Amino acid sequence: MTPGGTGADAASAASPGRHSTSDAVSGAHPAVSMRGITKRFAGGVVANDGVDLDVAPGEVHALLGENGAGKSTLSNVLTGLYRQDEGTVSLFGQPVSFTSPKDAIAAGVAMVHQHFRLVTKFTVAENFLLGSGGNFDAKHAAERITALGKEYGLEVDPNANVWELSVGEQQRVEILKALDRRAKVLILDEPTAVLTPQESDALFATMRRMVEDGRSVIFISHKLQEVMKVSDRVTTLRDGKTVGTVVTKETTSAELARLMVGRSVVFNEDDIEDRPEADPDRLVLDVKNLSADGVRPQSSPKNVDLQVHAGEIVAICGVSGNGQRELAASIYGIRKRTSGTVAVDGVQSMAKGPRESTKLGLAFIPEDRLKTGLSASLPIHANLALKGYRFPPMSSGPFLKHKVMRANAEDLVKRYGIKTPSIDTPTRVLSGGNVQKVLLAREIGSKPHVLIASTPTRGLDVGAIETVRSLLMDAARGGTGVLLITEDLDEAMALAHRLVVMFEGRIVGEFLRGDFDIEKIGLLMGGHTDKDGAA
Amino acid sequence: MIRLEPRLTRPKWLSVAVPVGSIIVAAILGALLITLSGNDAGATYGRIGDRAFGSVTAWSDTILAATPLLLTGLAAAAAFKMGLFNIGGQGQFVMGAVAASGAGLLLGDLGGFVAIPAMILAGMLAGAVWAAIPGFFKTRFGTNEVITTLMFNYIAANIASFLIFGSESFWRLLTGSGKVFPQGKPIAEDAVWPAFGGGGFNMPLGFILGCVAAVALWALYRYTRFGFEIGVVSDSPEAARYAGINVPRTGLAIMTLSGALAGLGGASDVGDIRHLLDPKGLGQTGYGYTGIVVAALARWNPIAVIPVSILLGALANAGRSLQGATFPAGLVGTLQGLLLFCAVSGEFLTRYRIRRGARRPAKATAEVIGA
Repeated sequence: MTPGGTGADAASAASPGRHSTSDAVSGAHPAVSMRGITKRFAGGVVANDGVDLDVAPGEVHALLGENGAGKSTLSNVLTGLYRQDEGTVSLFGQPVSFTSPKDAIAAGVAMVHQHFRLVTKFTVAENFLLGSGGNFDAKHAAERITALGKEYGLEVDPNANVWELSVGEQQRVEILKALDRRAKVLILDEPTAVLTPQESDALFATMRRMVEDGRSVIFISHKLQEVMKVSDRVTTLRDGKTVGTVVTKETTSAELARLMVGRSVVFNEDDIEDRPEADPDRLVLDVKNLSADGVRPQSSPKNVDLQVHAGEIVAICGVSGNGQRELAASIYGIRKRTSGTVAVDGVQSMAKGPRESTKLGLAFIPEDRLKTGLSASLPIHANLALKGYRFPPMSSGPFLKHKVMRANAEDLVKRYGIKTPSIDTPTRVLSGGNVQKVLLAREIGSKPHVLIASTPTRGLDVGAIETVRSLLMDAARGGTGVLLITEDLDEAMALAHRLVVMFEGRIVGEFLRGDFDIEKIGLLMGGHTDKDGAA
Repeated sequence: MIRLEPRLTRPKWLSVAVPVGSIIVAAILGALLITLSGNDAGATYGRIGDRAFGSVTAWSDTILAATPLLLTGLAAAAAFKMGLFNIGGQGQFVMGAVAASGAGLLLGDLGGFVAIPAMILAGMLAGAVWAAIPGFFKTRFGTNEVITTLMFNYIAANIASFLIFGSESFWRLLTGSGKVFPQGKPIAEDAVWPAFGGGGFNMPLGFILGCVAAVALWALYRYTRFGFEIGVVSDSPEAARYAGINVPRTGLAIMTLSGALAGLGGASDVGDIRHLLDPKGLGQTGYGYTGIVVAALARWNPIAVIPVSILLGALANAGRSLQGATFPAGLVGTLQGLLLFCAVSGEFLTRYRIRRGARRPAKATAEVIGA
């Protein structure tokens, strides 16, 4: 099937409202019915807020949402790993209350996690026997694996050691385990993230075969194409809430993209007064043809060209793991570039690493603020000197100038309103917002030409988010070019002059302020390019 | 219910209270053992105290016994502070002794002003090399330094043995009693290190050098860019990399420094104490290992290493001179072991606090400032 050629029209026409269960494949009790699921975590994070989910027997039901939308929390409730604070779960009409994943398995709910739960030094058959209730008949297990594998197109050698298998094969073992335990509901958490396109297609075929047997498959994903390809219905989550459930055949990628990313498609741009002005004549960051090795091939930046002007905020959007993190690290110089050049305010970087970047005026707020950006147990004054300690005036020759370092710290604490008992306090005892202020104070306080900020507001409370955003705007007003990496589209659209979309390590789209099209952006983030016709 | 909870901050008083508490607990456990072995604990401790600190000569002997421990203690403190488990202080100490005795034998005729600095440098250099080799493999290839430094101890011990027992080397005495019993050749009178003091009290040169090294190490941590980098690397290697600090190079530098300090200890063993290469004696005393106890009790603080080494030196000194039928054999070693055990347990208490009562998970967040 091709994801609707008239995407834009369909999206504006179709209502995002909920389709009732009666639309579903079967008229009987739904296989899974979750009603009003609310799950709160310490620190006031509400991961699920009154979520409803109905999965019919014999359907592939996609659970779509961005990172942090609450998909994993919901499936962890369903598999008994978490207990909901509110709401009910029923299986085939029977209310259930799981206290552990064991209960869920006994009731026929199995999950294949993103990170496999296999003993790599054991053979496939041995892994099969683990947790199967003490029946250690390896030969029998091998026969079952072969038989099940044939039936579902999941061939794997039962006598191979798990560490010898490819990731795709390891996933097959996990699925076979679930099938062997007679799972009636199988949850696949982002199963294609680790697969090649061919492996993904094979997996989709297996999924279809499973639902033909009357099983239900919950397919967690943020890739629109795949959801369109394999699912019968789609439930979309955003910010921990259900946005709606739609029948796949009756929807389009464009509508799904809108459901996934845009609460308010019309963004209130008037929120920001006195927007910083970009200086088109002064290029402060010029990245040309940059490539680097990522953790996975999908997250390797590939031939990236990127320009940031003085006073300009450029946002890089994308689902996490598409190379944004690696791009930031390789511009800053803690990750090796395999090709390409970086120039800061007209000066070429020699790729010598962070110290050179600091000298060039390239500041960096890494996403892992307390582990990478700061040395957690060291006092605040030391962390505020972490970049400057090597250069005058904080040191002369090999010796530190404690007076200068402390005065600098006192000044930054005051200027950036960092709430701390003293500058000798270990940084890790501060609240998240204040930790981020320490980092921002150091990086912005050095008046850099370029500031790369990687998910600078993630995990912060509303007040702290506001502070961080206004600090970024202030920096831009002062002439700093800001490269903002974020998974929060609202944030990108609120702050950026220009928005760049990254998918699988490539820049796949660019939008100027006033021209932000959330549907197009969402499609591009989900891997749709214009030629797919959806946008 | 009793449970452990990580401390958000470590109060200053703990860094004094915990080592003092560790010593007291170790003394109590030791007393129990002495009583169980049928001896009078009070009297035994009294005799130890008297022999260690009871007179000017006792003090002098204690300081002499503390000298090698001061240097191996500093060596261990420098490495362990950065999370590098240099168990190889013993081997670096032995190699320091080999090189220093070689230098002393070679240059002894040129007088003390040449021979003694040469011995100091040779000892430090040999120790540094002996630590830098495993340090290189650790920082370059990620080999486990606990294993490699430990293996290097055996290699060093065998080299020293070979020089005296296995060959007719330059180090071996081949005249007089040396013809009958293999032994090291004594260094010339001029190459023997001077001691300072008077009235029966002698402060060996090695101890003075050790104190200077302790202060220098402290100042290095406190006042230099390199010291700042050590602080960052010890706390968070990832933040260090982010800040542009060369983490492997810093680690290698610290290993080398640690080895140089242990090697200086070996040089002092030749210059201050034995005046020859004595592989058996070096092996039996195990200064390198005791240095780890010293460093642990001092909580890796170089200044604190000074008093702690005196304390353990006192134990060693008393143990040596009290050896006999009425003094339990192995008591000193047992006390050292108890001290290490208590110091390590005490270290745990500086990181966690013991709480009674039901679990309240909100506690940790409530303490966060400005939340």
